[in-house]
Amino acid sequence: MKYYRAGDFDVIVVGAGHAGCEAALAAARMGCSTLLITLSMDNIALMPCNPSIGGPAKAQLVREIDALGGEMGLNIDKASIQMRMLNTGKGAAVRALRAQADKREYQEEMTATLLKQENLEVVQAEVEEIETKNGAVSGVITRTGARFGTRSLVVTTGTYLKSRIIIGELTYEGAPNGQFPARRLSDSLKDLGLVMGRFKTGTPPRVDGRTLDFSKMIEQPGDNRILKFSYMSPRVLKPQISCWLTHSNRTTHNIVLDNLHRSPLYSGVIKGIGPRHCPSFEDKVVRFADKDSHQIFLEPEGKRVNEFYVQGMNTSLPEDIQYEVLHSIAGLENARIIRTGYAIEYDYVIPSQLKLTLECKGVKGLFTAGQINGTSGYEEAAAQGLIAGINAALFVKEKEPFILKRSEAYIGVLIDDLVTKGIDEPYRLLTSSAEYRLILRQDNADLRLTEKGYKLGLASEARYAQVEKKKKEMEELIKILNDTAVTPDNRAINMMLKEKGTKELRNNTSLWQLLRRPEISLEDIINSGELENAYDEEVLEQVEIQCKYEGYIKKQNEQVRRFETLEDKKLSEDLNYNEITGLSQEGKYKLMRIKPSSVGQASRISGVTPADINVLLIHLEKLRRQGRENHDQ
Amino acid sequence: MGDCIAAISTPPGEGGIAVIRVSGESAPEIVDKIFLSRSGKKIREFRSHSLNLGYIRDENGTLVDEVLVSRMDAPRSYTGENVVEINCHGGAVATRKCLELVINAGARLAEPGEFTKRAFLNGRLDMVQAEAVIEIIRARSEKALALSTRNLTGVLSRTLQQVEDELIFVNSRLEGSIDFPEEVGEPNWQEIEERLQVIEDRLQKLAAGSKRARVYRDGVRVVIAGKPNVGKSSLLNVLAQKEKAIVTELPGTTRDLIEDLIYIRGIPVWVTDTAGIRETQDVIESIGVEKTRAALAEADIVVFVVDASTGIQDEDLEIMKQIEDKRRLVVINKTDIQDRCLSAEEVRNMFSGVQTVEISALEETGIEELESALEELIIGKTDLGEAEREMEIMTNLRQERAIEAALEHVRDAIAGVKNRQPIDGIAVDTWGAVSWIEEITGKAIRTDVMERIFADFCIGK
Ligand SMILES: Cc1cc2nc3c(=O)[nH]c(=O)nc-3n(C[C@H](O)[C@H](O)[C@H](O)COP(=O)(O)OP(=O)(O)OC[C@H]3O[C@@H](n4cnc5c(N)ncnc54)[C@H](O)[C@@H]3O)c2cc1C
Ligand SMILES: Nc1nc2c(ncn2[C@@H]2O[C@H](COP(=O)(O)OP(=O)(O)O)[C@@H](O)[C@H]2O)c(=O)[nH]1
Ligand SMILES: [Mg+2]
Repeated sequence: MKYYRAGDFDVIVVGAGHAGCEAALAAARMGCSTLLITLSMDNIALMPCNPSIGGPAKAQLVREIDALGGEMGLNIDKASIQMRMLNTGKGAAVRALRAQADKREYQEEMTATLLKQENLEVVQAEVEEIETKNGAVSGVITRTGARFGTRSLVVTTGTYLKSRIIIGELTYEGAPNGQFPARRLSDSLKDLGLVMGRFKTGTPPRVDGRTLDFSKMIEQPGDNRILKFSYMSPRVLKPQISCWLTHSNRTTHNIVLDNLHRSPLYSGVIKGIGPRHCPSFEDKVVRFADKDSHQIFLEPEGKRVNEFYVQGMNTSLPEDIQYEVLHSIAGLENARIIRTGYAIEYDYVIPSQLKLTLECKGVKGLFTAGQINGTSGYEEAAAQGLIAGINAALFVKEKEPFILKRSEAYIGVLIDDLVTKGIDEPYRLLTSSAEYRLILRQDNADLRLTEKGYKLGLASEARYAQVEKKKKEMEELIKILNDTAVTPDNRAINMMLKEKGTKELRNNTSLWQLLRRPEISLEDIINSGELENAYDEEVLEQVEIQCKYEGYIKKQNEQVRRFETLEDKKLSEDLNYNEITGLSQEGKYKLMRIKPSSVGQASRISGVTPADINVLLIHLEKLRRQGRENHDQ
Repeated sequence: MGDCIAAISTPPGEGGIAVIRVSGESAPEIVDKIFLSRSGKKIREFRSHSLNLGYIRDENGTLVDEVLVSRMDAPRSYTGENVVEINCHGGAVATRKCLELVINAGARLAEPGEFTKRAFLNGRLDMVQAEAVIEIIRARSEKALALSTRNLTGVLSRTLQQVEDELIFVNSRLEGSIDFPEEVGEPNWQEIEERLQVIEDRLQKLAAGSKRARVYRDGVRVVIAGKPNVGKSSLLNVLAQKEKAIVTELPGTTRDLIEDLIYIRGIPVWVTDTAGIRETQDVIESIGVEKTRAALAEADIVVFVVDASTGIQDEDLEIMKQIEDKRRLVVINKTDIQDRCLSAEEVRNMFSGVQTVEISALEETGIEELESALEELIIGKTDLGEAEREMEIMTNLRQERAIEAALEHVRDAIAGVKNRQPIDGIAVDTWGAVSWIEEITGKAIRTDVMERIFADFCIGK
């Protein structure tokens, strides 16, 4: 192909979805000259599905991205139109913030941030080919013949690779929001030796708010208090816009069942595998035939558009049936569709070909992040984008890679799962996937990660200082609580205890011990006058959680330690597992393919048995002894 | 692999013959230092895998034991290294002495399972074999052997399967409610608690069963205590059916501890006969008394012998005080003598309801009853139902620890539910239990939990 030299960059990012935006910003902020190439300048940070960010596990991801110095948290805080804390009654570790977004505003804010960013250039173009030299990336070539040189490339092309839109009997080459797909790039990836798979996902129709009867629905208001994702966002209470709840019924389900033959899922048109956590409405009706109704939420797509996302109605039935289905539901009898629901099939990179840095094992300097790695979800994409961007920058700087452990962050869990476990459906992160969930809370992401972000040159000075101050104040408060004893003759305290329905004091007790009682909060202690109210809300929250969960946190830390020994046993990349006697055949095969970086990672590969792990441990010991003997000689 | 290791590789006690195995490059040379062959040949000169008669001598040249020695060259040996095996005939004490000499000659005492580990390292065994072999080696009595065979055929994994299923249920309810609050809702706490109790019950039986089984493998330490001349040595002789301890009519004759391995209903029991515990001027005997105190401290079970013909005396009260916090049994001996002045009832009253057995060591009466009482004291209930027998599963220490750890988590989880702890805290324990069970079975239960959520609830937006 004929091309012209269009310039060289330290890092190039392809795709300005949620992964690409984080990757580009991270690389640029770490001082690399960075180019971001995307199909459409008008669709930067597009939310092609639901207008919401956060929820269980996802909120933790956003907080972690933020703590490290990423953008998603700040951006959603700017563009939110409703905030709700989910799981409030279920404990600190699983509490999860969720925001409804004004989609346009989200895109505009992100676009503005990108275009302001120092070291970063953004261009609209379609990348068709990745150029390599001796197994390492050397540049990319666009459809319009521009060749950009780089050693470090992050590909975040989402659902656009050879994508096909499917609506009932109709299928065509297409991409979200009426865009066109990337037709050539996935062949270029295949030429580089990457194995690709095909997944499917879907989205519900959007309807005109003027045609809905909200009086037949239940209002789902936001929380009326200040809630935000970013530790750095200003504390403001924005007007909250409600969502609405209605339900499908037997009639709805019968319409679906009567028209299953027209569903591409059931007629065999769709071959890609869809996510179980996000099934189509057709699937729900078929699989849970005994359910009389399913929840349907109407979520506003923005402040000014009066367009509603019909959550729960993700479908690829033909448009006429979509109408019939909607009209059978209370409040939607006269709904007019603005955008038709559809399914989309796309190529993805089988993620076991990646290292924990998200670099491809076979091609030096080629990183992939986001839905291209088989995940689904904005937050999952952004988290990977951030890590890939950081590592792409470290790669050009020839510095040590940045990897978060499963015990350090949900991001670590996400990437380790992808790379190690293999996936057979679009991957969504769940809190249950995190074995150390109790210490990976959304409330302590800054304490866990900001220092790391700061050292990378990503988290700002101001952010770092804020966390350090918080840490100091927490220590101080914990000390005061431990050092302050209250005596049984303390009337104020006893009155408070009685009020809260817990036993009055019989012995001298520290405030810390008092706080351990489930009924008592720090606020109660402050109100009783025993503690000066000199602390920030976040400090109080942190200290209270640390006190109430002390026993459980200790237990969890012990679990971390129990498995850490395996994580610390490193496996070299050029270990030939075929030569190790005692390994099972499947174990050998899987280990050769994944090339885990530690015994801990090896233990999570499906098909690698505990016996295999013992063999590996013994083998390592053997190597160590041999090394020692050679050294002695 | 450098160093040379040695250990007694046959179960101690029974059968008379014990094998000391020495493994490592220089095993023949090391054993040569203490071995004198009848043929006058060095060990290196033997044919590989042949048996050769000779003697083990100590540092002074004194003969310790008559032995058969064989050499097995690498890699055709158990460990795949050079191995020398010494078949000792002189009983436990001589065997121990031989081992000591091998160690002094330059070998190192093998860690538990180290032979098997080396065998494995040298490609002689796969891991599963290795684990099973370790257990088989350690199965000291027939009962234990039966139990460990049961393990190999999968009763353990079947039992764990049930535990697993329940855990999957519980976790799927908790996790569903956490990760999909809008679709799943609050868990049914009463149901969760009930299921957890089922798990607790199973694990508890498993733990108890494996503890019982462990007794068959590792044995217990029983000390026979009592003032001089009550018939301790006589009793030991009856139990061991060997003239090991010297029976004399002079008080204070048993000066040293005499230890013996006997089998009571298939359980290996290390019995120690103690010197009479009493204050004494005799120097040699007072050393014995000191040793007695130490032995009592280490005992799993104390058999306290009293004399029916003399009744309870101050000395008996003194001894009873020393063993107050031990699992113990009072044996009333010499019940054959006509004018006895001590009844079982009196003893029980005096020592707050302690269990008693009446015997005559001389006429060997009451011995059956004594054995029954001991068996029950060692392993708990002896009239087990079929289900409990099933649970009597040979687990290795690693598995046993894992079961106990899982059990503790389950108990904490139940307490958490009762005390209305937050769900994420309770889940630390329910997952904690899962992780220990996974460690035993090697299966990843986590994915099954997710399967279960998707199967039971309609998830999705
Ligand atoms: C129909 C549909 C339904 C979905 N449903 C859900 C859901 O229910 N739940 C959920 O969690 N997630 C859902 N998602 C997924 C979610 O939208 C994505 O996971 C997330 O947006 C992925 O982010 P990304 O950055 O990886 O990719 P994308 O957001 O897809 O961004 C890819 C970017 O790459 C650019 N690009 C692609 N190819 C090229 C090229 N060759 N050259 C230059 N630029 C290129 C595109 O212009 C785009 O900017 C859905 C997505 C779609 C499309
Ligand atoms: N009549 C009778 N004599 C016994 C019995 N048991 C032991 N003796 C005698 O009591 C004496 C002391 O026994 P021994 O076993 O040495 O007592 P120890 O000092 O407690 O070890 C010996 O003469 C035994 O023969 C018994 O059951 N009946
Ligand atoms: Mg005696």
